[in-house]
Amino acid sequence: MVTITIDGKKIEIPENTTVLEAARMLDIPIPTLCHHPKLTPFGGCRMCIVEIKGIPRPVTSCTTPVSEGMEVATSTAQLEGLRKTVMELILSDHPNDCMICEKAGACTLQELAYFYGVRENRLAGERRTYTKKDGNPFIERDLEKCILCSRCVKACDEIQGVEAIDFGYRGFKSKICTSYEKDLDCEFCGQCVAVCPTGAHTGKQWAFKGRQKDIREIDTVCPYCGTGCNITLHVRKSVSGEEVVRVTSKEDTWNEGWLCVKGRFGYKFINNPDRLTKPLIRITPKDREASGVKREENSPYDSHLTPYELFREATWDEALDYVASRLKEIKEKHGADSIGGLSSARCTNEENYLFQKFIRAVIGTNNIDHCARL
Amino acid sequence: MTNSIKEIEGMEVIFIIGSNTKETHPVIANRMIKAYRKGTKIIVADPRRVPMVKFAELFLNLRPGTDVALLNGLAHVILKEGIYNKEFIDEKTEGFNEWKASVEKFTPEYVEEITGVPSGDIIKAARLYGGSRKAGIFYTMGITQHTCGTDNVNAIANLALLTGNIGRESTGINPLRGQNNVQGSSDAGALPNVYPGYQRVDVPEIQNKFEEAWGVELSPKQGLKSTEMVPAALKGKIKALYVIGENPLVTDPNLNHTFEAFKNLEFLVVQDIFMTDTAQLADVILPAACFAEKDGTFTNTERKVQRIRKAVNPPGEAKNDTTIIMEVSKRLGYPMDYESSEEVLEEFGRVWPALQGITYKRIETQGIPWPCPTKDHPGTEYLYKGGFPRGKVHFTGVNFLPPAEITDKDYPFVLTTGRNLFQYHAGSMTRRVAPIEAHAGEAYVEINPADGERLNIKDGDIVKVLSRRGEIKIKARITNRVSKGIIFIPMHYREAAANVLTSDEALDRHVKTPEYKVSAVRIEK
Repeated sequence: MVTITIDGKKIEIPENTTVLEAARMLDIPIPTLCHHPKLTPFGGCRMCIVEIKGIPRPVTSCTTPVSEGMEVATSTAQLEGLRKTVMELILSDHPNDCMICEKAGACTLQELAYFYGVRENRLAGERRTYTKKDGNPFIERDLEKCILCSRCVKACDEIQGVEAIDFGYRGFKSKICTSYEKDLDCEFCGQCVAVCPTGAHTGKQWAFKGRQKDIREIDTVCPYCGTGCNITLHVRKSVSGEEVVRVTSKEDTWNEGWLCVKGRFGYKFINNPDRLTKPLIRITPKDREASGVKREENSPYDSHLTPYELFREATWDEALDYVASRLKEIKEKHGADSIGGLSSARCTNEENYLFQKFIRAVIGTNNIDHCARL
Repeated sequence: MTNSIKEIEGMEVIFIIGSNTKETHPVIANRMIKAYRKGTKIIVADPRRVPMVKFAELFLNLRPGTDVALLNGLAHVILKEGIYNKEFIDEKTEGFNEWKASVEKFTPEYVEEITGVPSGDIIKAARLYGGSRKAGIFYTMGITQHTCGTDNVNAIANLALLTGNIGRESTGINPLRGQNNVQGSSDAGALPNVYPGYQRVDVPEIQNKFEEAWGVELSPKQGLKSTEMVPAALKGKIKALYVIGENPLVTDPNLNHTFEAFKNLEFLVVQDIFMTDTAQLADVILPAACFAEKDGTFTNTERKVQRIRKAVNPPGEAKNDTTIIMEVSKRLGYPMDYESSEEVLEEFGRVWPALQGITYKRIETQGIPWPCPTKDHPGTEYLYKGGFPRGKVHFTGVNFLPPAEITDKDYPFVLTTGRNLFQYHAGSMTRRVAPIEAHAGEAYVEINPADGERLNIKDGDIVKVLSRRGEIKIKARITNRVSKGIIFIPMHYREAAANVLTSDEALDRHVKTPEYKVSAVRIEK
């Protein structure tokens, strides 16, 4: 353990801590763009510079480990002046696109520009221009908004182990791209979207689906595999009711905010027009030909009729009465063991508990199972 | 899982067998990669060159269905080299000596012959796993979907017992569960032989306990397993099925057979969120709410009970499953009056003490892993701390038996099935997500380049794959992911359903899980 002083406050911390981490433990704000707590330090953006007694020039706090007796100042007139210049430099090559940028309201760059009051730019000059050419259906990459912070590169490598992207070219021409700018070999986990501090990476599905202020966030659990990642559903009011418009995961969840392609991008089934909305009762026989369910060459269960031609809509009362009376009839005629229930690993504990109770206590059989066996 | 997911970071050795973790449990793979960056050694045993191989110290490319031989071979080497955990065996296990004799014949050379894994690699893997006292085994369906699935699991357990790699932090046996709440639905007793909490239906005292709790007489007879219900429906013994949120007409083995069985039912109720293939054969379809439209809990693969919350209303007249079940129950003369889903969880906790300490309030921000018997119990991150519930654990000798279907002249390829990264299971959800469908919307069969060349099949060609059960047409993907003689078809695509080819007769001898991982097939161009 070492003891250091930051802005006059003393703290005792382990040796391998960085000055930035120590300041954050003390709730002292230091602005950052490239730093991400789950990724290795980069020291690229220079916003986190601090003054350390005995060191003649400002140093980046994200890459500087603490040492015994260190005295740190995080906010001096000189530091704030330098930070403002850094902001001006970054923004001199950034489109003034906040009006329609998806990231507006949740953009670190925008926040810092606001904080430092940077609008007119005395450093305006040549700008990088890129045509958007990503063919992928998940992630929008707008390289003009990229500040080369390397968070996406690090997430892709350190967290995901994919290394789909890295820095290409040098100097002003630097950009984040695939090897030789050839095909993107990507798992589309969207970790890059999650860590991007600007609007350079956004999800295509949630483009123009609503500003942050219109969105209600609900914490829940991913519906796909058994990992049980904690997710946050972003819900927006729309004319037809409320709609889930985006999925994210918070950094302080047990899954550290990381998700996979299904968890992050696979939510559009929720308000899909195909959803069943009314109870349905069969009107055609189950015989393949008569019902229209015919055996296509490579599609044994496909139907040339729409499924809705096989059924008619019913009220809940009618459908439930029908279910109850048929089950009762079959139980009386053939015994409880002639009935079975298949419960669902997609449903909640409570639903599964109730359904097995229903099959056992109401129907009177132990013929209950679910896909755990498959 | 006996461990929690977080504990992966602390493991010295991770042994992944029969799990394509990077594609089927991507965020658990992230945790493994995090461990790998800190120096953890990873062993991958799989018939396919799965993406985790990139991070593996050792890749054991075994033939499908030969896991028992490989696992026994590892045990053989660990015994021979004397790196087993004698203290643990003496203190916590029984049957060691008898079992020891059963792995005697599994020399690395003999195992190489069966599995195709070089004997040198078997020795290296045994030293790596056996030499560590902080190792975890991870498996999924590559282990269980075999006629010898139970044997495979026993062989895994033996390996953990032999090395004492269980019952401590970052040390254990970790089956990764494939569905959001497959752990929870098993816990809740959606199984034919046990009530909630794995309490057997055919033990009179337990039956009495539940009769008292539920106020009705209960059947003392074990029920039919899902893989027994389908043939029973075909024979007319099962007349009615009530199916919630499952789609056996894509996921069951031998789909032609499954279709006939479902068609033969007198009455089929399907309660789901989409018009699935199974729903199309229903007499009544009841529209249900999806996860985002209801309150409740899911239990993840590490036994953690987590809260799910209602974010939006169900579409149209759709109702949540709880309401529907209560309505039907009421009409059959057994009113279930629960005010909220939490009341149901409370009742669940009363009949199964492992959940008794969990309330919605306690899991408001963070889930709690069971067992959690009291309201002030913190939950259990890893199982078997301080011993096993039954006292000493028995080594169970398992012999190697080949898969039910062996390749022959007519069906020379081994078909293995599974999931890919993008689609999910029967596809009723992911196939309705436009970007996923745009990126991975087409069924394919993975074929080794050497086989492709021999059969004159090029990448992208449409081929016919035939088994004794049926045939499908599907696009060929030429790739080194599969070895010569083996093909892989993902299960998600109803229009080229892998399960038309799989067998409903090759079932695990004990728990009747279908052998989805080995079918003999032929490819025709």
